[in-house]
Amino acid sequence: MSDRLHIELTVNGAVRALDVAVHHTLLDALRDDMDLTGTKECCVVGECGACTIIVDGRSVNSCLMLAVEADGAEVTTVEGLAVDRRLSPLQEAFLETGAAQCGFCISGQLMAAHFLLERNPHPTLDEVHDGLSGNLCRCAGYGQIAAAVLQAAERGAT
Amino acid sequence: MSATGVGSSVARVGGFGRVTGTQEYLADIHLSDVLHVKLVTLDCSRARILSIDTSAAEQVPGVRLVMTAADLPQPVPRFGPQFQDRPVLATGETKYHGEPVAAVAAETKDAAEEAARLVRVEHEVLAGGVFSVADALDPASPLVQDPALRPDDPLAGTNIRRQHDFGWGDVGAATADLVVENTYQFPMVTHFAIEPHGFMAAPDGDGIVVWSTIQHPFLLQKIIAKLLDLPLSKVRVVAPDPGGGFGGKQNPKYEPLLAFMALRVDRPVRLILTLDESFQAARRAACEVRVRTGLRADGTLVFEDFEANFLAGAYVDIADRVVSKGSYLAAGPYRVPAVRILARTLLSHTTPSTAFRGFGIPQVSWARESNLDEAARTLGIDRLELRLRNLAGYGEEFVPGDTPADGRWSQTVRKAAELIEWGAPLAPGRGRGIAIGLKSGPTTGLSYSTVRLLADGSATVFSGTSDMGQGARTVFAQIASQELGVPLDRIAVVMGDTSVVPYDQQTSASRSSVLMGNAVLRACRAVQAQVAAIASRLHGVNESEIVVDGGVVRLPDGELPIVDVAKAGLGRLGGEITGHGEMRKEAVPDHPLGGTAAFFEFNCTAVELEVDEGTGHIDIVRHVTVSDVGRALNPIQVAGQDEGAAVMGLGHTIMEHIILDEEGRIRNLGAIDYRIPTSLDLPRQLVSASIENADGPGPYGVKGISEGALLVVSPAVASAVTEATGLVIRDLPLTPQRVWEAMRESVMETV
Repeated sequence: MSDRLHIELTVNGAVRALDVAVHHTLLDALRDDMDLTGTKECCVVGECGACTIIVDGRSVNSCLMLAVEADGAEVTTVEGLAVDRRLSPLQEAFLETGAAQCGFCISGQLMAAHFLLERNPHPTLDEVHDGLSGNLCRCAGYGQIAAAVLQAAERGAT
Repeated sequence: MSATGVGSSVARVGGFGRVTGTQEYLADIHLSDVLHVKLVTLDCSRARILSIDTSAAEQVPGVRLVMTAADLPQPVPRFGPQFQDRPVLATGETKYHGEPVAAVAAETKDAAEEAARLVRVEHEVLAGGVFSVADALDPASPLVQDPALRPDDPLAGTNIRRQHDFGWGDVGAATADLVVENTYQFPMVTHFAIEPHGFMAAPDGDGIVVWSTIQHPFLLQKIIAKLLDLPLSKVRVVAPDPGGGFGGKQNPKYEPLLAFMALRVDRPVRLILTLDESFQAARRAACEVRVRTGLRADGTLVFEDFEANFLAGAYVDIADRVVSKGSYLAAGPYRVPAVRILARTLLSHTTPSTAFRGFGIPQVSWARESNLDEAARTLGIDRLELRLRNLAGYGEEFVPGDTPADGRWSQTVRKAAELIEWGAPLAPGRGRGIAIGLKSGPTTGLSYSTVRLLADGSATVFSGTSDMGQGARTVFAQIASQELGVPLDRIAVVMGDTSVVPYDQQTSASRSSVLMGNAVLRACRAVQAQVAAIASRLHGVNESEIVVDGGVVRLPDGELPIVDVAKAGLGRLGGEITGHGEMRKEAVPDHPLGGTAAFFEFNCTAVELEVDEGTGHIDIVRHVTVSDVGRALNPIQVAGQDEGAAVMGLGHTIMEHIILDEEGRIRNLGAIDYRIPTSLDLPRQLVSASIENADGPGPYGVKGISEGALLVVSPAVASAVTEATGLVIRDLPLTPQRVWEAMRESVMETV
């Protein structure tokens, strides 16, 4: 029924070669073809940010990018933040400030924050709110999330 | 207080999975051999189904089943938590936009979606749908529900599903110096949990397994067992931690459909809703409240008289309970000698409304608190002073026959006033508002827990609560750590599987820390009692001389950790010590709600804001929310819940509302057109604080807390808008457009 194309990409440091349906998004491919379910699906129109990942150094809503467009790309997902089950300082900070409640938006929040801190290692509170404004959270008042990002920045983390 | 036990802000149990992407939500569970389900819906609200042609859909490669109502037992089974009125699939007529008329199961999502588009539903759109309170009360409107579904119901010939009359004293005989009467509108809003609803079902021998994002797994188990005529023991419900619930996931939606499909194809089936479909599955009831408030010239309340019309949906879900429980406390935490409350649950051709954080209280509080403001302005009395003058004191039976005031509530109000600097001079163009919210906790409840102290001194807590972000796992682990002296990192909390955890009635009404908390506490105490017996045997001391608490065994000649005594007692074979705990909140049959309040959630919200005269945009400079929590078992989690509830309250106050077209279709379906607060929509400063007097009925004096900070955001903001601009707006949300138009109108009037 559907055409498939072969792609190769690097995800969290590992090379992946796979056939993907041409109309599937990168989000579909990550979750359904690569079993990387840390990236979440919510609105599928690029508004909620739950599916935020890093593609070639840019923050991307993976629901808005076709998987075939990621051929040759370097991708980082939430599963790539911790090394050997050792949490990154950003992840640690999210735990310490209570930023993760139900947790469903948190993968996207972390990736948006990771991207922000790479660009701007010492953001102001307004810059944090601005940088994460594409990531909806329905549990929190965003304060604990912003506090986590600032705390991680203070420790020089990305 | 111990470093890991109650009262300390330990990190969330389950936090590691949430920050690493390894937390397994429902959609992350892979079942082998699973079929993907897609719902077939019509792009209209009310339509007569003439015929359904599935032949083209069945030709799509990979399609294994196209299910219509005709494939179900006849008459089509119906279910619901209050009334059995929701059909498994629409039968004869669709009643709301998005109601499924068929469902496809296929080998791939793509095939299911393609086939769903190919199901031909011949239908006739019916005019005269019921989409508003006025429509529902109009005797000329068509009936939403067939009267045959409502035998022996004198209202069956109307769209009033139920009418409630509450109150005390004699409103008619009360004499007041001032009577203020107004009507207030509260919009339809949707939960917008970031995790859309999801369901799976699979045959399991002579039974069935159902997976759901549900908050009430045991209610789902009961409903599935009844629909399939299976014993409870043959229905296993797996309920992974929901990715946000807020009430929208309390009650079964499409699980029965999935169960019938799984049994028919004899394979696992899976349906993950889109966000848009989740909007069509659950919402908060819109409400129109007319309120008459009678006062003496000194501001003393003489009477309150409410008529509240809640616009529920096509099927009741839990909406009528929302109406009764929400309106019962319409008069709030005040001493009012005469109160009359008339509340109606109205059926309409719209999304079935259900529980939503606050459970009817935000709607009625919006009216009551706003009307108190008008009274204060008319009487020339300070708005804070008027409230304090009428506020019930500790122990006062402010609702006759119900639980007396269970907090030193004026402390909460004064704290909020202090944090907003009530009475301090205001900058030009600014206004302040303050409002008080009160919600009752559960009126009945039943929770069981099992705690197992294992041979190596670690422990497992079993609980049927759903942890949807409120942090129940953490709190239960803290209680067990406190009682058994087991470090937190050696405690596991098991939830979400009816075949594993003991019964819990439900996760709602901010009950879990109190009811399940007490069950966990009692299970720990049962372990402690066995440890006392072991200590008695090992040390040759009479049990009456042994005290076990706070993680230690106190013997006449010294203390030992519980864990050490347990290990010694278990001996070479090991094993475990198991304790069971049960917590009941009994029903009171002649009470209007079937039971008294287990506790009250009491909140005071105060804001300072300014309004942009050019755009009508409300800029909240400071938002203060103070709640009487009894005791904060985990202060960071309490702050997280309060701040989240406050911002959610801002959503329906300044931006959120579902918009219907003339045919009852939702016009703003999805995240582009329905906006919830982002990090750019926040108050410049959000301050949350707790009052802790350890006067709650839960462990260590805790009360439930998760809804309070949402209850009265609207009246606090509207009151501040009035002070800033002179405008009184009685419709929500206070969008820039609505505020700007009101400003323009008031200019026109003065010209």
